[in-house]
Amino acid sequence: MPEIDKENVIDQEEVLRPKMVSVEITGKTYQVPEGITMIKALWYTGQEVIHGAGCLGGFCGACATYYRTKDDPKVKTCLACQTAVQEGMSFSMVPPFPARKATYQMAELKDPKQDLFTLYPEAPLCRNCNACTEACPQTIDVREGVWRAVFGDFKAVSEMFMDCVMCGLCVPVCIADIAPNLVALYASRAQGVHFTEKPQRLFHRIKEIEEGRYDGEWDRVLHMNEQQLKEACAELK
Amino acid sequence: MDIHELQKIVHKTRDARRTQTLPKYSPAERDTLIKKYHPDFRENAYRSIKFGPNKGELTVRELATLLEGDSPVPADLDLTPAHTADVLVVGGGGAGCAAALHAYAQGAKVLLATKLRLGDSNTVMAQGGIQVAITNEDSPIQHFLDTLKGGHMKNDHQLLKVMVEEGPSVARWLLGLGVLFDRDADGNLHVKKGGGSSKPRLLTCSDYTGLEIMRVLKDEVLNQKIQLMEFSAAVELLSDGNGDCTGAVLQDLDNKRFMVVAAKTVILATGGIGRLHIQGFPTSNHYGATGDGLAMAYRMGAKLLQIDTFQYHPSGAVYPEQLIGALVTEGIRSEGGHLVNAKGERFVNELDTRDVVSSSIIRECEEGRGIRTMSGRIGVWLDTPLLEVEQGPGTLDKHFPAMVRQYKRYGIDIAQDPVLIYPTLHYQNGGVQINVDSESGVRNLFVAGETSGGLHGRNRLMGNSLLDLMVFGKRAGLTAATRANSMKEGKLTLEHVKRFREEARKHGVSSGIVSPMLFPAYAKKE
Ligand SMILES: Cc1cc2nc3c(=O)[nH]c(=O)nc-3n(C[C@H](O)[C@H](O)[C@H](O)COP(=O)(O)OP(=O)(O)OC[C@H]3O[C@@H](n4cnc5c(N)ncnc54)[C@H](O)[C@@H]3O)c2cc1C
Ligand code: SF4
Ligand code: SF4
Ligand code: FES
Repeated sequence: MPEIDKENVIDQEEVLRPKMVSVEITGKTYQVPEGITMIKALWYTGQEVIHGAGCLGGFCGACATYYRTKDDPKVKTCLACQTAVQEGMSFSMVPPFPARKATYQMAELKDPKQDLFTLYPEAPLCRNCNACTEACPQTIDVREGVWRAVFGDFKAVSEMFMDCVMCGLCVPVCIADIAPNLVALYASRAQGVHFTEKPQRLFHRIKEIEEGRYDGEWDRVLHMNEQQLKEACAELK
Repeated sequence: MDIHELQKIVHKTRDARRTQTLPKYSPAERDTLIKKYHPDFRENAYRSIKFGPNKGELTVRELATLLEGDSPVPADLDLTPAHTADVLVVGGGGAGCAAALHAYAQGAKVLLATKLRLGDSNTVMAQGGIQVAITNEDSPIQHFLDTLKGGHMKNDHQLLKVMVEEGPSVARWLLGLGVLFDRDADGNLHVKKGGGSSKPRLLTCSDYTGLEIMRVLKDEVLNQKIQLMEFSAAVELLSDGNGDCTGAVLQDLDNKRFMVVAAKTVILATGGIGRLHIQGFPTSNHYGATGDGLAMAYRMGAKLLQIDTFQYHPSGAVYPEQLIGALVTEGIRSEGGHLVNAKGERFVNELDTRDVVSSSIIRECEEGRGIRTMSGRIGVWLDTPLLEVEQGPGTLDKHFPAMVRQYKRYGIDIAQDPVLIYPTLHYQNGGVQINVDSESGVRNLFVAGETSGGLHGRNRLMGNSLLDLMVFGKRAGLTAATRANSMKEGKLTLEHVKRFREEARKHGVSSGIVSPMLFPAYAKKE
């Protein structure tokens, strides 16, 4: 371990040896180091995790979890790979919910804003309970998103749901049997496929390549020897 | 000292640093720096492989042991197929989904088997973006040269040419599926500049590029008639007895049963290796990044390339403890964030290639200019508040929402305070040797994505991996589907496993290690 000036050591309380805390995992109480993530707490207690662990980085939504902090009656949701344990916490991972995903050939849809109602006929039946928004660990205004989709504002939906990790926590809570994340995914993809400008510069480049605009240069570059290539690289700024 | 005390020097030196421009190192300086500090040059971390296609070559000990490991499959396994397919895709990340979709579009019967859920992968975490040369100042040739320079001139020229030239058309394919890349006001695709690139050419979906691509590809796989098997890991390949690949043995991870798949062609897209924690490094990789594809392909006789070089991403989180290894996106440096040592000094041009930046961070720390947390980790500062100073308040929230959120969970406001970082094991530069159709040295065995090797040379450039996945995923899918169309199913045998076991015995390998590893052994056994 390299020498470090003593001055440059972070020695505040929370990074000193963590203290042990008592947590309840799926109904059983264990002692685990404070501040580790819930998934690490599961490993710490000797449990293999297969369902419920994916990216471990807060992006894949595999680790959807219900938890409650000490003395608080409110059950909250989180991503277990991103949430630190604390004294008195209880948590259980959420099994996948059998939501219905509509299937579609996105590029072939003629009127995607109307087709939403055939693919997800339950979407306009939202009863505004707001449970989905409260369940979302990414703090997306899910209820608002469902309404925007229904009113055809797919652009807004696509922007609001860019953070959606598809954890599915908004689904089991819905009293109207809507899967808001799937509705949003449909609307976002439709936005991209049907309602977004065609980027001219990109299409122009594809055409240039197809027409052989770079063939001469390729010929030159691919016939360079190692030294010449190095020089060409060195010239890049 | 309290972290806020130590951060003061970063705030204090900010204004002075803003006026400073740091030159990039000369080629000779880069070389010296890397040889002295890059983990790829720690000799005692390496050993030679005892047998098989790469016999005698050096690689890290962790990988050598894995490659020499024994198959989990008993020699007398009943090989009656439970499933048949034209194309079996192994792995449900970006490369696997792209391959499956293209093979399916070609009319093939496709089975996609993956270890976790579809999309639980490295791909879903990519934040920096995907490189495609589209601007007038830029060209596929420049992209080629930049990549070659980043790869220390060791890239396969043919593979590289294919990748940069097909970049624009795969970007169009993604747009056609509904991927929402960031735009300029005029409707064109917005490009950002990435480390090691001479021109801005990163396409992004805010800092969720991988998530957006993965969400869309996953949805599309589910929309098509592609047979999907989740929590089903490939543990062995099957051969016809003459060295051609004819299928694979999967393991259902819930009941541990083996399932035989007869497939005319197999595409391995199992991703990287970070969870082997090479040289004890933390990693940015997903839970299943255990190099399974390398081990299976190797036993089957496929040659591996450049497996002595790995990418250590310069900015892995060091603090707080919960985030260790997690990535702090390169975008922060692309947008002008400084790296600052304990003395408040910058020490490298932040936009140099990853190997150079990582080596210089290791140098600072080894020479005593790092900051240590009490859990024993060392790091340097990444000056995130600088972006707010340069580009106005709210900049981080707007451009890096994922990162802001990640730290906020632990009460850290990156707009106010710099973060501590240290290199983290990020990417396997090499892998299974492939040709331009993504086929390995074993006939009918295709390899796409991070598991393959040759394209990136000895150091992959930022944003080139997502491009690699889409281009070679496509090529693997198309070629495998076309091939399958013109052939019959082959015999199913474990001849190669038998031969491999004999070799192992001959070389006295009896480590007891079984590979593929599938998952790191994190569950504490006491
Ligand atoms: C945090 C992070 C950020 C990144 N950012 C960028 C970026 O901005 N730009 C860029 O270009 N690149 C980036 N990269 C690199 C890039 O994301 C990866 O190299 C790339 O996604 C790998 O894709 P893949 O399809 O080959 O593998 P993965 O996406 O990892 O997918 C592999 C899949 O195979 C499955 N699998 C593994 N073993 C088996 C088995 N035995 N049987 C069945 N299935 C199996 C896995 O579960 C997984 O689903 C980043 C990587 C990480 C980790
Ligand atoms: S919108 Fe639903 S699926 Fe998406 S992150 Fe929020 S709770 Fe999870
Ligand atoms: S949970 Fe269902 S009913 Fe309630 S607001 Fe959300 S979408 Fe509407
Ligand atoms: S494991 Fe992917 S979000 Fe937690």
